[in-house]
Amino acid sequence: MNENIDRVDNPIIKIENLSIAYDKDKFAVKDINVEIEKNAVTAIMGPSGCGKSTLLRAINRMHELYPQIETKGDILLKDENIMDMSTIMLRRKIGMVFQRPNPFPTMSIYDNVIAGYKLNGIKLKKNDRDQIVEESLISVALWDEVKDTLFKKGSFLSGGQQQRLCIARTIAYKPDVILLDEPTSALDPIATARVEDLLVKLKKDYTIVLVTHNMSQAARISDKSMFMYMGNLIEYGNTMKMFTNPRNPKTEQYLTGKFG
Amino acid sequence: MSSATIQYNTRSDYRKRKNRLFYWLVIAMSAITVSPILLIVYKLIIQGYKQINWSFFTKVAPNTLEAMTANAQGEVIPGGILNGITGTFLIVVMAAIIAIPVGIMIGLFLYENQGKRFASIVRDISDILQGVPSIVLGLIAYMWVVKPVTHGFSALAGSVALAIMMLPLIIRSTEETMKMIPTSLKEAGLALGVPYYKVILRVLIPTGFSGLSTGILLAISRIIGETAPLMLTTLGSSAVNWDVTKPTSAIPLLVWEFYNDPNMANLIWSSSLFLMGFVLVLNIISKRIAAKQNR
Repeated sequence: MNENIDRVDNPIIKIENLSIAYDKDKFAVKDINVEIEKNAVTAIMGPSGCGKSTLLRAINRMHELYPQIETKGDILLKDENIMDMSTIMLRRKIGMVFQRPNPFPTMSIYDNVIAGYKLNGIKLKKNDRDQIVEESLISVALWDEVKDTLFKKGSFLSGGQQQRLCIARTIAYKPDVILLDEPTSALDPIATARVEDLLVKLKKDYTIVLVTHNMSQAARISDKSMFMYMGNLIEYGNTMKMFTNPRNPKTEQYLTGKFG
Repeated sequence: MSSATIQYNTRSDYRKRKNRLFYWLVIAMSAITVSPILLIVYKLIIQGYKQINWSFFTKVAPNTLEAMTANAQGEVIPGGILNGITGTFLIVVMAAIIAIPVGIMIGLFLYENQGKRFASIVRDISDILQGVPSIVLGLIAYMWVVKPVTHGFSALAGSVALAIMMLPLIIRSTEETMKMIPTSLKEAGLALGVPYYKVILRVLIPTGFSGLSTGILLAISRIIGETAPLMLTTLGSSAVNWDVTKPTSAIPLLVWEFYNDPNMANLIWSSSLFLMGFVLVLNIISKRIAAKQNR
């Protein structure tokens, strides 16, 4: 194991020898071994094309949508191999939020929050449904803004509200882990700040893994940081430590804005 | 005044004249383009409105004798086109029931398999199908349905012929609609652990619903006036028929029958007016839906 990659105290996810190729033998992610800390915010940083989104999307098996993508190695969630779980169970435990807010345009705000249950045909009593919707919207700080328009379409909300709605849709499932793929890159600074505050609050109940392009965002909200370059995991450890005292020269160059 | 300024003025006058000339030319061309449809509608209304009354929608087509008597006394021809309206309804609804699921499924298949060899062959064949003359489809339906299945002319055979005509239109519009839906929605559904087929049924199809329905309405308005394939398949009937295995009338077939009977001349116009009006309404509705979607 690379000495620049720290172990963590309380791992919830273990990634072992993970390699991912989009084309035969052209690896976008190369032999990564890393652990992710429970109830912390982990940021994955790196320049464009370094494989950070590819790594993130492997954690809930989104790559299976594209059969030509080849994945080697193992990912364990609470010591259980994710390849042995059904995608329904896995994705209930590991939720995902995308770069662009993508609420379902044909559904109301209420139905968007409950969409995971509804689309999978999981029956709930009306009281339970109402409670899940309310709790989820409260925890993303959207409840006060939308409680009077719950049955209107979610696509009329602003971009930032839509993104918080998407986070609510994910946490309505009560997952263990939330993966976020550059969740604020399509948002304005105020909306970004609200989502960041939210993520820091959410780590009490969830493990958060965040891909970000934005170094200062990683510095502001993450506890652990990964730095990736050309498909390799260069450095991983406490965010404070990495930003103040990077061990690998590449990390230092990236953090000081020499490239990326 | 220098000569340069004078020249400048004449040059600008020349440009203004040229501009005006082309402006009116464009308007004239546009008028020429829209005039056929206006003339058609005008002619149909002028010639046809007299026959459109309550019995036009509630009575079946008259026989020659009734029409002749009425003409001789200078009265409005009794009877209507009820057998045609019900027949067209039966044939088109059945054609839609056949073509919509098949067309949407093929469209989804093409969307899911962009750039694959088999899919592009299917797409090409569907494009070719669009160019097959409708009378040929009538012949095919005759061979496939009239002879072996219903053992005689039938509404079902006509529906099969019209369904084949609808297919390429529905396939294309489904594929184009699906392409316009962002992949992020598909991923949102999958990230919730929803199985792929359910993402298509519960997320993608509802999202593209207006596009799909526009395509279907346009396909229906394309086939509703088809006459040639129906002559070889449904034949026509003088009574209202709801049995899909029996010969059935249709509005365009009635127009043809009226045309062949000099006593019925007035009914040609009124039934054409009705058919034209119906197709226009379908077209306007589908344009409305499309506009709403793009907003």
